[in-house]
Amino acid sequence: MAASTKQVCQVSNQMSPTRRPARIPTEQETHGRRGRSITDDDANAINRVEELSYDLKVHEVMTASLKIASPEMPLSQVLEILRVNRISGVPVVKDNELIGILSLEDIVHAMQKNELSAPVSAYMTRKLVTVASYDSIVSAIQKFSDSRLGRLPVVDENYKLVGMITKGDITRGILIALQKDYKEEEVRRYRASHLFEDIISDRTTLVLRYNIKAQDFTHGGNASSHIKRALLRLGADPQIARRCGIAVYEAEINLIIHTTHGGILKLEVESHRITMSTIDDGPGIPDIEQVLQAGYSTATEQVREMGFGAGMGLVNIKRCVDKMDIESTVGKGTKLTMRIHVPTENFTGRKEE
Amino acid sequence: MNLRKIIKLSDGFLLTPDLDTDIEINGGYGADLMSDVLAFSQPNSLLLTGLTNPQVVRTAQMAEFHAIIFVRGKQPQAETLLIANQEGIPLITSPFGMFELSGRLHKAGLPSFESNESN
Ligand SMILES: Nc1ncnc2c1ncn2[C@@H]1O[C@H](COP(=O)(O)OP(=O)(O)O)[C@@H](O)[C@H]1O
Ligand SMILES: [Mg+2]
Repeated sequence: MAASTKQVCQVSNQMSPTRRPARIPTEQETHGRRGRSITDDDANAINRVEELSYDLKVHEVMTASLKIASPEMPLSQVLEILRVNRISGVPVVKDNELIGILSLEDIVHAMQKNELSAPVSAYMTRKLVTVASYDSIVSAIQKFSDSRLGRLPVVDENYKLVGMITKGDITRGILIALQKDYKEEEVRRYRASHLFEDIISDRTTLVLRYNIKAQDFTHGGNASSHIKRALLRLGADPQIARRCGIAVYEAEINLIIHTTHGGILKLEVESHRITMSTIDDGPGIPDIEQVLQAGYSTATEQVREMGFGAGMGLVNIKRCVDKMDIESTVGKGTKLTMRIHVPTENFTGRKEE
Repeated sequence: MNLRKIIKLSDGFLLTPDLDTDIEINGGYGADLMSDVLAFSQPNSLLLTGLTNPQVVRTAQMAEFHAIIFVRGKQPQAETLLIANQEGIPLITSPFGMFELSGRLHKAGLPSFESNESN
């Protein structure tokens, strides 16, 4: 690419001269893994966008088809390249090697001096900030904010130019990845909702079981949240999913409060009904009639502080489900069963004959 | 009413800056008793509450609230923030008390989403 006659071309795959360091250190080598050590709690707190900025690599979002300039090229010609391609800068390459970058700003400087016929080499920026193609985009974001530059050349491990990256490329890359996430949820939902159609048996039951720890209020409701999501994925009507969610959540809280060593929360889905149950090894209920009365509660201060304990839980459950059943033995434990009938088309897409 | 407008009206501080606040809120519901929230709220509304534990977010998720405002400047526990981010439910803290804030939002046109009939 020595000749300046060739204005625009793809960067060749030839290796660059070895004057440059053979390979620039990766962000991991420089800063350690992901630049800092991450505890489990940190890891949970990282949201999806942050996660993606670590997962996505620069080469996945950069622009690979490159417009480049040679140092001998007159600025007016580069201006034309920028205009036609609607870009704001190009890397300058000589003998396959990245030697500088020329931005619209540099051209404006030349314009002010009426020097558009000057060669690229006279106005290009030689101080190069590059980003490695195999780094995660978080390192590019870091470089954008440190350097205040709008576009960065991307080089491979041999310091050969392989593309350019802008902030816009990063935003677009993250949005596409998020959209893919969203589509994956759609696909999951689609697959799950065909479960009862695709698997033929005389009676298909999907059973989900969750082990619940005693007194673990911090995670109270996690299992119910999973159950609600599962029902929606299986194609349950949103109103039915809401009723199930509310009922099973009240039941999960009761389970956490009353079980002695831990208990089980179970969801059973059949094509025509949903059954949820809790089983605990708590003190049992001496008088079931009594606990079913609105307002009856033996809840502790701790439970009340969380917003429960007004004696409304079982009443709520009963209102949400079609059938509620309590079996309890004092000193042994309690089993609560909740059942909701669903129109068959909910889970199979077909109406019942 | 747009959530951004609600944040303004409530002098609120958004505790979950990563979550979208350009969302439509159809009504409001205020309570400190989670069983009441589960029983008497309607979906797609805003929850005003003085409680800040993780159960508030789980309750909001089950009852399908779009956002939660903590009244009287209360700050949530770390776990509460975590679950809210996970489930995509924006959390806001407002210096106003429950009565004052309900009044302001209602006056600005946000209807009550409290139903007399339970769910
Ligand atoms: N699994 C259980 N084991 C023992 N007692 C229970 C259980 N579930 C409910 N109870 C009793 O029933 C009462 C009412 O429960 P509930 O209607 O959920 O109201 P709350 O939980 O607000 O007290 C509880 O306070 C408790 O005394
Ligand atoms: Mg209860």
